[in-house]
Amino acid sequence: MESIERHTIAVLVDNEAGVLARVIGLFSGRGYNIESLTVAEVDPESAISRITVVTSGTPMIIEQIKAQLDRLVPVHQISDLTDGGASVERELALVKVRGTGNKRVEALRIADIFRARAIDSTNNSFVFEISGSTEKLDAFINLMRPLGLVEISRTGAVAIARGAKGI
Amino acid sequence: MAKRKLSGSDIVIQSLIDAGVDTVFGYPGGAVLPIYDALFTQNRLKHVLVRQEGGAVHMAEGYARSTGKLGVVLVTSGPGATNAVTGLTDALMDSVPVLCLTGQVPTHLIGNDAFQEADTTGITRPCTKHNYLVKDVNDLAKVMREAMYVAQSGRPGPVVIDLPKDVLINETGYDTASKPAAKHKTYRPRIKGDSAKIREAVTLIANAKRPLFYCGGGVINSGKRGSKLLTEFVRKTGYPITLTLMGLGAFPATDKKFLGMVGMHGTYESNLAMHDCDVMINIGARFDDRVTGLISEFAPNSKKIHVDIDPSSINKNVAVDVPIIGDCASVLADMIKVWKEMKPKRDTKALNAWWAQIEKWRKRDCLRYKPSKELIKPQYALERLQALTKNRDTYITTEVGQHQMWAAQFLKFDQPNRWMTSGGLGTMGYGFPAAIGVQMAHPKATVIDVAGEASFLMNIQEMSTAVQYRLPVKVFILNNEYMGMVRQWQELLYGGRYSESYTASLPDFVKLAESYGAAGLRATKPSEVDDVIKEMLNNDRFTIADIAIDKSENCFPMIPSGAPHNEMLLGPEDEAEQPVSEEGMVLV
Repeated sequence: MESIERHTIAVLVDNEAGVLARVIGLFSGRGYNIESLTVAEVDPESAISRITVVTSGTPMIIEQIKAQLDRLVPVHQISDLTDGGASVERELALVKVRGTGNKRVEALRIADIFRARAIDSTNNSFVFEISGSTEKLDAFINLMRPLGLVEISRTGAVAIARGAKGI
Repeated sequence: MAKRKLSGSDIVIQSLIDAGVDTVFGYPGGAVLPIYDALFTQNRLKHVLVRQEGGAVHMAEGYARSTGKLGVVLVTSGPGATNAVTGLTDALMDSVPVLCLTGQVPTHLIGNDAFQEADTTGITRPCTKHNYLVKDVNDLAKVMREAMYVAQSGRPGPVVIDLPKDVLINETGYDTASKPAAKHKTYRPRIKGDSAKIREAVTLIANAKRPLFYCGGGVINSGKRGSKLLTEFVRKTGYPITLTLMGLGAFPATDKKFLGMVGMHGTYESNLAMHDCDVMINIGARFDDRVTGLISEFAPNSKKIHVDIDPSSINKNVAVDVPIIGDCASVLADMIKVWKEMKPKRDTKALNAWWAQIEKWRKRDCLRYKPSKELIKPQYALERLQALTKNRDTYITTEVGQHQMWAAQFLKFDQPNRWMTSGGLGTMGYGFPAAIGVQMAHPKATVIDVAGEASFLMNIQEMSTAVQYRLPVKVFILNNEYMGMVRQWQELLYGGRYSESYTASLPDFVKLAESYGAAGLRATKPSEVDDVIKEMLNNDRFTIADIAIDKSENCFPMIPSGAPHNEMLLGPEDEAEQPVSEEGMVLV
């Protein structure tokens, strides 16, 4: 068996109705995995959106995913950030923690270590904003769990290649 | 040229005419009434009224595949669009250029569950190459042009344009002279193959000891030039060639270099040559599971060259050594050029040995069947059909099942665009409407739907269409009163438990034809077959020939599912020896 690889793929698409459905439908229809997916317009003037999708599969499947994505009519460009040299990847999470006394102090202390910011606070709760690699966010959330973790909202990964060159 | 003010409906009609479309297959309804009104007041676009929208798409497919042009469909919203879905999926799987115009409820009602509303772009997204919902009449002309371009360029496919009723009624300026933008901003199919790869491929071809061309529908889709260049190249090399179901006609079947069809019901010599070849030259075929059999043992000792216009077809099922992305005709022309420059010295000793081996396989005469004086063997009926049609201008369509495979084995196609069958999707009910579409495009030609009785029943309503337009389509039914291929699998794999595969309560096809004012013929004995075929061919009106064939005949040779090419069943005597593996049982 070929090994399963995790790839982050950036897809530049025309920001038109149904384009996200095309991408998602492609993944579900052909049985590919989506680990995370983010989408937002990045060039309002020419109405281009960037979809960042984290997926996994054998090298042959990853190649298929890219070829299938590239075949969609509104797709401008595909870039495999995992294959195409070094890249940076970030994710943002909002984490709500409820607690009093020592647990509350401990939550603040850990947030400080992780450089998470409290962006909302009540007498018995915080909402932390944290960004970083997916692994860092996972670690932070795991530490918050025993301290009164209530709710998590995560963006999924966004990524960009290192260096001066654009895609 | 000054812009004229036109309604959305007029723009639809004018865009089609400007693109050279002459025939539309459709069915009216509330949402498309404005288009039908615009059709009424013009006489350049011929509309063929079908009896169910599913038939319209297959007609457009038949029209497209027999001409190489775009097939156009016009249906209403809701059920009109959903009925078209099977045909669209069929066209997607078989890469047929089809434009399907669907009506839609007015824009302000979209999403309100209005009468005859369906999310057509949502439903058809996975079964089209691309689709559009036009919300503003000012976008309509551009979308029409773009859709026709997308449907026909690159790997062809079906495109849907969903047209809300208010967009059809609103007016805007239309400029007939306006040309499509030189380049689409995102969609740019690659036509020309990479020259280094082509050189690498030709070197591999030149040095082959056991080469085999394995070609498919992509050659036919690249135009008549594609088939011509393929024939030239194959003859230059002197190598053997096999074709897929979709590729039949891309190379002359009467040429000795043709080994017959490849795959599950392909010939013994083709499949063994596939298994044993050292260089496989795949041009415009896609390593479909019906061709490869057991992937892990597929052509285990071969270097594979794969030419395909669709990058996603490459390395999808089978990893290849030399991938070339490009149009088959363009790549073939380049290959021939390189071949001529290279003036290769071939290993004639090895090639002679390879041909000797192939001739040995050929001598097995894998399509041989036991003739009968009492029962009409389907193979016999098709041999007679072949013999009696070979000097005519003939187009063949088929339904799906045993008769389809027999037709592929026993009918000989020397030209492309003469063979229309549902390969990828395997749509029963495809052949009859497809034949109507073919006949619309070629009014003088002999158009025959080789059918099974069960498949014919699936779009039998189109008899009315054939009669209305006086189309002399022939339906040649190989009638065994069974869904033959289902029954064959039940016999081979399910202990002869014929669950629901008997076609009960069949009509009298002769009387049925007569009730439409068409001709009905029947043969029940081998001695009657020739007369029936001759009468059918001489008829200048719609004709059903009901051929009562041997009910128990099975289609051989056969590669059981989950088996490699070199484990073919050649006939009923092989059945008992090789039980199908558990892995094979789950495959279709």
